[in-house]
Amino acid sequence: MPESISQPRRNVDVPEGLWIRCTQCSAMIYRRILEEELHVCPECGCHYRVDVRTRINQLNDPGTFEEFLPNLESSDPLEFSDRITYRERLAKVKAETGETEAMVVGKGFIKGRPLIMGVMNPFFIMGSMGAVVGEKVSAAAERAASESLPLLMVTCSGGARMMEGMVSLTQMAKTSAAVGRFDQAGGLYIVVMTDPTTAGVAASFAFLGDVILAEPGALIGFAGPRVIANTIKTTLPEGFQKAEFMLEHGFVDRIVHRRDLRSEIARIIDYCNK
Amino acid sequence: MPHQHRQNWVRASSPPWRGLFWYITMSTQPATAANPAGAIGHVLEFEKPLAKMEQEIQRLETLQAESGRDYSEVITTIREQLQNALRQSYANLTAVETVAVARHPRRPLVRDYIRLIAEDFCELHGDKLYGDDHAVVCGFARLAGHRVMLIGHQKGREWREKIEVNFGCAHPDGYRKALEKMKLAAKFNVPVVCLVDTPGAYPGVEAEERGIARAIAINLMEMSRLATPVVAVVVGEGGSGGALGLAVADQVAVLEHAYYSVISPEGCAGILWKSGEYAAQAAEALRLTAADLKRLDLIDAIIPEPLGAAHRNPEETAQNLATWIGKTLRDLRRLKPESLLRRRYDRWRKIGSFFVEGGKSEPGRTDTKPAKRARRPTKAAAVQPEA
Repeated sequence: MPESISQPRRNVDVPEGLWIRCTQCSAMIYRRILEEELHVCPECGCHYRVDVRTRINQLNDPGTFEEFLPNLESSDPLEFSDRITYRERLAKVKAETGETEAMVVGKGFIKGRPLIMGVMNPFFIMGSMGAVVGEKVSAAAERAASESLPLLMVTCSGGARMMEGMVSLTQMAKTSAAVGRFDQAGGLYIVVMTDPTTAGVAASFAFLGDVILAEPGALIGFAGPRVIANTIKTTLPEGFQKAEFMLEHGFVDRIVHRRDLRSEIARIIDYCNK
Repeated sequence: MPHQHRQNWVRASSPPWRGLFWYITMSTQPATAANPAGAIGHVLEFEKPLAKMEQEIQRLETLQAESGRDYSEVITTIREQLQNALRQSYANLTAVETVAVARHPRRPLVRDYIRLIAEDFCELHGDKLYGDDHAVVCGFARLAGHRVMLIGHQKGREWREKIEVNFGCAHPDGYRKALEKMKLAAKFNVPVVCLVDTPGAYPGVEAEERGIARAIAINLMEMSRLATPVVAVVVGEGGSGGALGLAVADQVAVLEHAYYSVISPEGCAGILWKSGEYAAQAAEALRLTAADLKRLDLIDAIIPEPLGAAHRNPEETAQNLATWIGKTLRDLRRLKPESLLRRRYDRWRKIGSFFVEGGKSEPGRTDTKPAKRARRPTKAAAVQPEA
């Protein structure tokens, strides 16, 4: 479930201005340098959240990405309303991000290797999964199976989108079933977990990867840290639910720096090539 | 509004963020005026007038037995009134009242159903990886004329049992144990029956360390392709991923007064309204009752409960449950394995409605709507990229 649903208008999760102070180590970084470093702090290695188009450009060979199903939009199945209606919330987020939903799927190339990929957008209602995200993931898995291509999912989500109620929860089963079929068809499924990958997305298609990579420092887990802290009434251990914690406990295959993602993905595809 | 006062106790007693603690405290504290759902009272706020009538009947019956005088006429009248009042109350439950009924301390639990309808229950423990999670019960049983693998969450009745089963909040071991038994069942073509009753998977450090997310994800995937009939019934609380982890089935039913939700109403209110006091509004908005879920085409059946809900008559509830399971398994067993699995996949694959925006549609697709967006019904033929 998304912890915070109102995100300020930003393409990347860094402060505005020509010079930027890293939110983690307070180093002053020139904006252009940060962009060259793929939005990773050159001083402390903090991986900032990036929006979906930036991520697609960073991962794919230039100009190769071809989006499919770009025109799906949430239909508000519950006619949900809290302090504002879900439709208003969607309209606001669409205007802010310029995207129609929290995920983009398509066919791309990484170092010349074709693959089907899905990338989540942390700035669209916390990358939460509703009917559209579920449909896009399932459709991507089916297309990867039919075209015999590897499937890559770059996850970044607060979980199921509660404004779609049980429709969003059932997307967990739908995406898992689709990934299961792709698995049976012998396809290679690579997941890159980025900050944050939690709750309904973690507990469905994200943790089903044949190979699970994670960006350093990414929050990965099922229940949010605040919820756990409140349940057990103590402070949580240092580094709890970070990518390194998941690696330590055996649930992540590799932690990969953002600049190495392309080469690592290409390497794994080559090793699994039949 | 008649139910304005009914919601007050929810407001007064729910912490802003989460249902679990609310649930624990609500179901174990002694009853007070402010907290009528306590373990001693067992009386939900909206049931108070009903409880008074029930007490009156009991009092008169005792009096009749002791004094030898005939009160049967009065008793019959009150009984009739009670029936009418029950019918009226339960026909018009608000969503938050449904949640309260589903969490009723006297509501039958999975082990009660096992006792009532399963013959020759042969419990099987352990996930053969780490341990035995008591929050999940598994075992062979004979149920409504079928050999089945019965799997369910056990929430616990008494304090000691509640702690032992962790209030029905399973750890990863519970989900792995369930999957282990399901695979055993599938190997010998024994159908799987899952009874769901959990506030959610356990949000704790150990659960994360042992990979609760992965455990649930694997269950979702494996259940979607388990080569034997699978049916699931939400009998009490259907709490989020922890419930779904045992509920990817060919047919999913929900008991009439159970609920099934992506998040607890308290949790949702805490996040979206920034205060748990709005649990009643959140419960309404989440469409978590059996009737709403059926309307949204997310579940296949609603299993009726006797008048006044399951806690008034566990036996009849269990019988209704057994009848539905028996009939559904009979139908599913007729299917060939391939067609069973194809149907299951399609059942889940079709869930979800969305708009297809006109104008810039996928090339080669035939189902593009014109510029005016059309609403796709839930479970309508979903947009298939390979269509």
